[in-house]
Amino acid sequence: MGPLAHIGRYVIWMGRVFRKPEKWGIYRRRIFEEVQNVGYNSVGLVAIVSLFMGAVLTIQLAYNLSSPLIPLYTVGLGVRDSILLEFAPTIISIILAGKVGSSIAGEIGTMRVTDQIDALDIMGVNSTGYLVGPKIIAAMISNPIIVLISMILGITGGWLAGILTGEVSSSTYIYGIQYWFQPYYITYALIKTVVFAVIITSIPAYFGYFTKGGALEVGRASTVSVVYSIMVILIFNLLLTQMLLHK
Amino acid sequence: MIEVKGLNKSFGENHVLQDINAKFYKGKVNIIIGQSGSGKTVLTKCMVGLHDVDSGTIEYDGLDFASLDFQDKTKIRKDIGMLFQAGALFDSMTVEENVMFPLSMFTNQSLAERRERANFCLQRVTLPNANALYPSELSGGMKKRVAIARAIAMNPKYLYCDEPNSGLDPKTGLVIDKLIQEITEEYNITTIVITHDMNSVIEIGDNIHFIYKGKKWWEGSKEEILRTENKEVNDFVYASEFMKMVKKDLAK
Repeated sequence: MGPLAHIGRYVIWMGRVFRKPEKWGIYRRRIFEEVQNVGYNSVGLVAIVSLFMGAVLTIQLAYNLSSPLIPLYTVGLGVRDSILLEFAPTIISIILAGKVGSSIAGEIGTMRVTDQIDALDIMGVNSTGYLVGPKIIAAMISNPIIVLISMILGITGGWLAGILTGEVSSSTYIYGIQYWFQPYYITYALIKTVVFAVIITSIPAYFGYFTKGGALEVGRASTVSVVYSIMVILIFNLLLTQMLLHK
Repeated sequence: MIEVKGLNKSFGENHVLQDINAKFYKGKVNIIIGQSGSGKTVLTKCMVGLHDVDSGTIEYDGLDFASLDFQDKTKIRKDIGMLFQAGALFDSMTVEENVMFPLSMFTNQSLAERRERANFCLQRVTLPNANALYPSELSGGMKKRVAIARAIAMNPKYLYCDEPNSGLDPKTGLVIDKLIQEITEEYNITTIVITHDMNSVIEIGDNIHFIYKGKKWWEGSKEEILRTENKEVNDFVYASEFMKMVKKDLAK
């Protein structure tokens, strides 16, 4: 199946995701369950990665900004902008594509090869809406919160690294992260995050949903879905950046 | 009653179902038999709407299923129960939740009412103390019983059973067969069983359809299938040594 055929089938399939639910109450409960699976369970990983990335950014920037003409508070400014603009929304989304995406493709792929999706369809349940819709909505709710946590922890990690290594003083770093702050950067990051949340959940779900075969194919669908999700995130990152930051 | 008229289905160049015409009667166990790859499962998947048909009609009590839109198909699907080969139980749900699932989705019953119905269905399939177990904790026979309980939870008019006793020992297989027969008679439903197990055919088959190379080759009762002169049916029915012995006994 060629890429265009995949895109066509994906678009039609996504149309089924947002059909009117059989019962709102059940879908609402499923969204809460998925917030736990898709969002809450990833907070630990995101927190660790963000703290360390912020710390590394501070050390690298401090190392590179050795010229006396460049003020040291630029380290704080650089860490802040790197984290707000790119690290928190994009890199964290790529990490989530690996963690959450493979899990979604595996879960739905297994349901497909064990006839559980056919069972839903025969009962008259919109299997796509029931299985995939709550995951997408849960990710759209939880991922912006995760990204905000990542921003706070990333900047905190940078601050800690600055103090502990003695490269940047606390007051200089704090001055840097406040210097010429653009609140729009957070809006930009959150818009990207919401778009990436749809990609992270829907692409693996699509590959899982159309899996044919057995355990081997489920594993393959899981891998392929992560690769495609990351590629689509990178493409949309470029497009959104051009659209949202273009003057 | 379910009636299939002039049904054709192809996958690319492979013409899997060729002009299938068949009637499946209410209150009877209608059996579809045939060799692996003959088209039995594709026929069933077309009948329940999992595959679109190329041409032909599938009428549920006079209503052409294939021509209906999604909403109307959903109405008919609520009257269909299906027992899958491996059970197809939702593995993230307990036995009780599995049986309650269609009730939760399509009725406005309270939790207590749904529980009561689930317990009734589980007792009907003689599985009263498994409510809190997960599918991974069940044996093959128990999974089939839970799947039957889930299939009858909504009081279906039509029940499909895809190889209901595959993977089961002969005794448990017989229990499942008998259960399907009892439920069919008790609720007066149209039951369709897909199988290649001749024991099932002899035990519970009221109306038997033999599919051969994608065509409806033969139709008759269990008494007729044992005495038919049709070569392809004979080759299938009397393939095993046991059935060859049965044939000798019948000839005496």
